[in-house]
Amino acid sequence: MKLKALLAVAFIGIILFWAAGDLPAFGDPEAPATRYTGKLYVDLALSDIGVENIVAAILASYRGFDTLGEVVVIFTAGISVALLLRRGGRL
Amino acid sequence: MRRNVIIKTVSRFLVPFIQVYALYVIVHGALGAGGGFQGGVVFAASFILMIIAFGLTCVRERFGYRWIVMLSALGITIYATIGLLCLIPGGNYLEYGSIEAALGIPHLHGYLIDAVEIGIGMTVMAIMTSIIYDMGDTGGESP
Amino acid sequence: MIESFYELFFARYNYWMAIILMLIGLYALIAKQNLVKKLIGLNIFQTAIFLFYISLGEVRGGTAPIYLPEGVDALYVNPLPHVLILTAIVVGVSVTAVGLSLIVRIHEEYGVIDEAGLLQELRRR
Repeated sequence: MKLKALLAVAFIGIILFWAAGDLPAFGDPEAPATRYTGKLYVDLALSDIGVENIVAAILASYRGFDTLGEVVVIFTAGISVALLLRRGGRL
Repeated sequence: MRRNVIIKTVSRFLVPFIQVYALYVIVHGALGAGGGFQGGVVFAASFILMIIAFGLTCVRERFGYRWIVMLSALGITIYATIGLLCLIPGGNYLEYGSIEAALGIPHLHGYLIDAVEIGIGMTVMAIMTSIIYDMGDTGGESP
Repeated sequence: MIESFYELFFARYNYWMAIILMLIGLYALIAKQNLVKKLIGLNIFQTAIFLFYISLGEVRGGTAPIYLPEGVDALYVNPLPHVLILTAIVVGVSVTAVGLSLIVRIHEEYGVIDEAGLLQELRRR
């Protein structure tokens, strides 16, 4: 049983190590993610929003809808734990 | 664990400082590192310190279920309502630029981001405290 | 495919570390019998994914993505992976909380948290 799991994990590991050769090098400034989208956010955040923290500006203004869904996720988790674990009918 | 005098005294001294630091992290989310999620979790950590030192029933008398339900619903309502207010001057949902262009107050975009972060912090703090109340419940036996 | 050994190993060591953590977490998720150990494996797997994703946005010589005062010229790292991983961390916390409360209820109902013992109990009832 453990041997089969070990073989499956080793097989997945070999595929992942082989695929890591295609990814951009660590710290490359010409990587596709950094050259187009990252540069766009760094250039435009100060003039559009006026907030110094770029991460907070993206989180609350450019991608504010994702953060709304995020708060709903954590609210749902709290309600689920309360439904599962509360006894005595005190909700 | 047995309630030790040193743990009780030190935690009673430390909890206000932890709460002030949590409020600092929430409000300074726009200037430096920080934000709503981080500050909410640090605030809940102060309550967890009180639970470790003083026991669950003692903390639950002071911060009961009514407060938790009200705060968590209030936080998410603030976020959704500010988004709805952006529809009135004619912008999209959660487009803070439309309110800033309509009212003409400078830096209103940053202030609205701060208000939204406070709402997020309230909800995260209430839910983290609710999770630890439910998981630490022993049904009346001694912990 | 692979230019040289230097390119594969020394220039991409962050992916190797993330992949090794991923494999450890995957093995714990598949092979362990205890339900709590499976949840811990899931958490290790999530942490490996966060490391992999944030290391994709690194720029050599860059500083934290917070604007420095006017006049100072600086190179900033990519802020987008940080934002996405903030959301993912909160989702991971929620999944762990609900999973642990499910394990508590399973133990109250059946008396075991072992995978093999649990299947035995389910067949018995």
